[in-house]
Amino acid sequence: MAMRSGRSRSEEARAVIEAVAADLLSRAHRGVIVDSPPGAGKSTLVVELSGRLAATGERVMIVAQTNEQVDDLVARLAEAHPTLIIGRLTAGDYEVPERLAPLRGPNLAFSSKLPELAAAAIVLATAAKWALVKEGEFPWAILDEAYQMRSDGLLAVAPRFADGTALFVGDPGQLDPFATVETDAWAGSPWDPSDSAVAVVRAHNPHLPVHRLPYSWRLPATAAPLVAKAFYPFTPFDAGSDLEDRSLSYAASGTSALDESLDEAAETGWSWYALPAAHTIRTDAEAVEACAALADRLVQRRATAVDRAAGYERAVTPDRIAIGTAHRDQAAAVRAALARPDRAARGLTDVTVDTANRLQGREYDVTIVLHPLSGRRDATAFHLETGRLCVLLSRHRHACVVVARAGIAELLDAHPHAEPVRLGVPVKFPDGWAAHQAVLAHLGAA
Amino acid sequence: MPMSPSVPQATAGAAAQSPAVTAARLDALRGPVAPRSHDARTIAALTVNPGCSRRAVLDAAGVDKRKLSERIGFPARYGQSPFAITRGLAFEKQVKADGCAALIELLRGEPLHFDVPEHEYVDLGVEPDADPAAPVSVDRAARYERTRQLFARVAAGEALLADHPLLRLDVGGRTAYVEPDVVALSARPAGASAGMPARLYVAEVKSFAVIDGQADPAKVGAAATQAAVYVLALRKLFAELDVDPRIVADDVLLICPKDFANQPSAHLLDVRRQIAAVERQLARLPRIGALIADLDPAVDFDLAVDPPETKGEPGREHRNAAELTKSLTMIEARYAPECVTNCEMAFHCRSEARAAGAADALGRSVRDSLGGIDSLAEAIAVADGAAATAERQEAARLLRAAARAYEEASRTAPRAAEPEAD
Amino acid sequence: MSTLTALARARAAHAGRAVPITAVRHVHLSEEPLVLIPLMQAGEAAAPLAVMAGTDRDAPRLLLVAQPRNRDQRFDFLTALAELLVPYIAERREHTETVEATKNHDEWERCTDAPQLILPNPGGVEALRLLGRSARFRTVDGPYPVDPRVPLLGRYLTWFADDRAPMPGSSVCLALTSVLAQHWATGQSALEDQHLPALLSWIDPPDGMSGSEAALRAEDPDAVPPAGPSTDPAFDTGVLAPLVRAQEEARAAEDMRAVTKAEDELKAALTAQLEPTWRTMWQGIDVLRSLPAAASDLLRWQVDRGRFTDFMAGIEEGVPPQPKRPSAVAAARRLADLEAAQQSYDRTQAIDDPLVLARYRVGGEAFAGRITFVDAERQETKGKRAWPRPLVVLHTEDEVILRPGVKLASPARVNQTVRLRAVRPSETGGYEVELELQSGMGRGKTPEEGSVPLVGEERCYATFLAEQRGTRPELPESDKTPWTHGGPPWPHVPRAEDQAEDWQ
Repeated sequence: MAMRSGRSRSEEARAVIEAVAADLLSRAHRGVIVDSPPGAGKSTLVVELSGRLAATGERVMIVAQTNEQVDDLVARLAEAHPTLIIGRLTAGDYEVPERLAPLRGPNLAFSSKLPELAAAAIVLATAAKWALVKEGEFPWAILDEAYQMRSDGLLAVAPRFADGTALFVGDPGQLDPFATVETDAWAGSPWDPSDSAVAVVRAHNPHLPVHRLPYSWRLPATAAPLVAKAFYPFTPFDAGSDLEDRSLSYAASGTSALDESLDEAAETGWSWYALPAAHTIRTDAEAVEACAALADRLVQRRATAVDRAAGYERAVTPDRIAIGTAHRDQAAAVRAALARPDRAARGLTDVTVDTANRLQGREYDVTIVLHPLSGRRDATAFHLETGRLCVLLSRHRHACVVVARAGIAELLDAHPHAEPVRLGVPVKFPDGWAAHQAVLAHLGAA
Repeated sequence: MPMSPSVPQATAGAAAQSPAVTAARLDALRGPVAPRSHDARTIAALTVNPGCSRRAVLDAAGVDKRKLSERIGFPARYGQSPFAITRGLAFEKQVKADGCAALIELLRGEPLHFDVPEHEYVDLGVEPDADPAAPVSVDRAARYERTRQLFARVAAGEALLADHPLLRLDVGGRTAYVEPDVVALSARPAGASAGMPARLYVAEVKSFAVIDGQADPAKVGAAATQAAVYVLALRKLFAELDVDPRIVADDVLLICPKDFANQPSAHLLDVRRQIAAVERQLARLPRIGALIADLDPAVDFDLAVDPPETKGEPGREHRNAAELTKSLTMIEARYAPECVTNCEMAFHCRSEARAAGAADALGRSVRDSLGGIDSLAEAIAVADGAAATAERQEAARLLRAAARAYEEASRTAPRAAEPEAD
Repeated sequence: MSTLTALARARAAHAGRAVPITAVRHVHLSEEPLVLIPLMQAGEAAAPLAVMAGTDRDAPRLLLVAQPRNRDQRFDFLTALAELLVPYIAERREHTETVEATKNHDEWERCTDAPQLILPNPGGVEALRLLGRSARFRTVDGPYPVDPRVPLLGRYLTWFADDRAPMPGSSVCLALTSVLAQHWATGQSALEDQHLPALLSWIDPPDGMSGSEAALRAEDPDAVPPAGPSTDPAFDTGVLAPLVRAQEEARAAEDMRAVTKAEDELKAALTAQLEPTWRTMWQGIDVLRSLPAAASDLLRWQVDRGRFTDFMAGIEEGVPPQPKRPSAVAAARRLADLEAAQQSYDRTQAIDDPLVLARYRVGGEAFAGRITFVDAERQETKGKRAWPRPLVVLHTEDEVILRPGVKLASPARVNQTVRLRAVRPSETGGYEVELELQSGMGRGKTPEEGSVPLVGEERCYATFLAEQRGTRPELPESDKTPWTHGGPPWPHVPRAEDQAEDWQ
């Protein structure tokens, strides 16, 4: 791994941001695309560029996918650009969350009607809300998590900025949008409504500039190479930190298998906690308990996370831990395991437990992952989906422990490869099978 | 905790076998009959159910699966309609007429805009009615040699269009010839600079239609995998000629009728994934040694029939149906209902799975939903309250809940229709 | 697949007979459906060979392409099919009822009935779709003119197979295997269920045979001809090809008697191939009719009737044929329609049918149990206003995986939204679920009579039953498609190429 000073990495990242800003402000293109690998500073980019675009005196609209994402941006914008007037466009039943309440004032307005936010230099809302707006035009638009936005969602929003310039930012390696019905009728069509917004924009406008943020500031140096190789084979990235920058340590030691796993995680950034091979139900009690027990041990051993470059040394409290699963019922089972009275007393109900879908875009110090293929006899497209595994393995700043029953290698080995091919649909790399294999090869081997 | 290995290990007790020993055992499995060799279709089929040992052994031993399925009383039902065959041949003929004039025009035109340089058309000759799986005749070896020499000229920089080339692949230690409706030609894609050397593009002519830009995804997928086999074989040939195999492109040309007429259309298919899949399967083949090392020596699939003593009488079968069936059962299968579309043994394996009450017979998603229980009888028993083993406790709870929900629902009346309010 | 359905299939395999997975029929059956069995030629995209069709099970009509190699005959065939289909459709266009005006629309006339086509399987529907595509762009003039009924038939077929058939909840164009499999679990795989004779054997076996035995026998194409649209290759080789050859030889020799003989033999052979499927289709329809109709049946058919009326009005106004590929806006609208229809169909099936609802209980999206506690007086106050917010506690043995805060509803009272407040393991096993009623209690401060469940009642609650108050997003007009989706589409200009499609 190249040993670089933090400064020149920052300079590289800065250069990309400047290039994006230049492309936007020159108005040479209708749209600019920024691919952002996990933790590459997407929100920082959005916050900064919002300010610069607003400084031109023309209004900016920002589209994010969930209320939580919008509110996060609102908070950061208010902090970064205290003199700008920000408008938060909301649904009728929206309630201002606690963290935003103190920011309410002359520079931050909330309304469910766009005309009431006429004074705002920047207006933010979810894609769903923007889709209901029938009038209004913005010279600038920023679409966040654009790879997770469905193309029909974009179609509903695009008239608001069709005469202006748009910035599409997102992570191409995370989960694709999906539909609840068969979408084969549109396969191969350049405006497949179930495709991602970025895919459709690029299909129709192949000459739009594409930039890539070069570093992950979240993933540690122990994780970035694997995640990049497995999930971004043609667009790799590096960690924004050096190996020695980060560490994870424990105040107490232990000798159980759980402790061995946690020790390995602290030392190498990864650990594979293996259970005996078996075909189980989805909410495999042993695997669920292992996930909960690992989180419990982390807290009991008073784990501390240090990042010398970012300048923190902090306890890994339950709210800095996440457990990721493929299915909702698995997440529910893990939550139930964490709610055991002794664990609840230790605060473990503050651990985030969610599916990959809901963990997208979030960050923690240590994550525990229930491997999507654990306990299965056959893999389905859902379980093999690249984006799912990518999200699960790219949420952590310090370490990630994967819980899995033995037998995944056999499952992958026996998996049929005869895939249907739809004409006109560009081939996506890596395919899920290859990504799973790469991860297994790196982590599963002793 | 033990780590799961990335490659399945041989069963305990199996000594490492040399390829020669394995080959001898495979020959013995087949008996005194010539081996059925692979062609592009069967090589592509390796990707379909890699986990099935039964199929792997039969294929590796070169056993004629169709004959075997007939002998054990579960004949496979394959066959193409003569109309489909005629149509396919006519379409292929149309595309390849006049030194593949139609094909070249398709490439040069919309939407591909390939730069197809002036070239020589060479027909390496097709043998009428050749059974690709039949033992190699001198002619085929000669044709392969002619093909090799032709591509040596391509390697030297000549622009050529090769019709009916014959290629070779090593499949599990035996040579497989792959050929037919493949045409390979030198071309440059649209936008490539003139200085860039031309590459070879494998072309596949198929007679299923592309309507409004869409075609049957299963058929396109099968064509893509087959084409990947040809790409691999052609790359191997160039490697043997000491030329960078990447001279053969990752994209293949699929030629199909467009809409409802006979007009051909060309489509560029990126087959990198299919190439990787086939390569993976070819690399797995040597593991057959471990699979057969532990096989009972009595297992064999000798389909030979002695010539009759007296005319008009049937000859003596070396193995009767019962013996052949028994041999089959000694090798584990991995049956799924999809097998019927690509393996001649499917009906037998299905019957076996059904007789055993295996959840596999009902399909992968059913099996998945039964919580890991692979026996239908066991699933029903625990659902109805029978005691379950320790590992099956969770699945039992799930199934009991399902049984209870169904039973309660059966006693509930469905909603009555409301009077129409409009 | 729900564990409940998987278990049902296991039981069916064990018993040798299909197991019902619904209590009612969730598909409307017309009084007079049109059964249509297409047979298509092998090796061609949309080359019909024969069709057996009709509304009377004792009077099937056979249409065939007498000279399969003669491609012009394809359009004679389509003309004949039009002669059969158009009157059936026109009959249902005639009678209308008046729908009163509301704030969303003016008064309008809706057909009192709609056509219903029943095909053997999804392949048959696809064959219909291709025939529709091949026909709807033809014209009566130009280099390759056809009878004016052909493009009209093309539009009809496209509407049935491409527009209505994929729409969840629509019953205008049905694939019988899909409908039967929706209501019964067999002891074979879903793949095998696509074979109509085998599927029906599981559900309604002949006397003296188990379903599994009958299904096995039905799979043999020599014993039972396949339901199409593909013919059995052995039939093509052994019967069809020789007859076609004989016909051509007779024609070449100009022996008209031999030609007629060959044609008659062809007709007889195709009839023999189709008649068993014809009988099977009607048997399947009878079996379906034996199920009581779902409560939502008439309402769903009303939607179909409305769509039929709109479609016919469009044709009468002279709209152009359905385009080959939809535009960006049309595609987005269509996806929204499909998803909304799917959600609505899933919901109504679960509300109408306890067996369908039961599947969700095992999946964790629903739970059922007995009410153990009710506080009907509980209220929520904000300033001077108060709303009834009764508290209900339910005890269930089901695994509840839902998180506090989710909205639920019960099929017993669909318009009442209920919020999940807490889930606790119960001492007696199972869970105690605390629920807060939020609506459906009238307008007053206290709940209306009968709007609050009573202690001892059995109730089921599910997430997907809670009404989603989603407004449909505004999509731009097609001519204002933004640059992100390629700008406005090219206007449809009929091209000579669409009629050309010449062949050698």
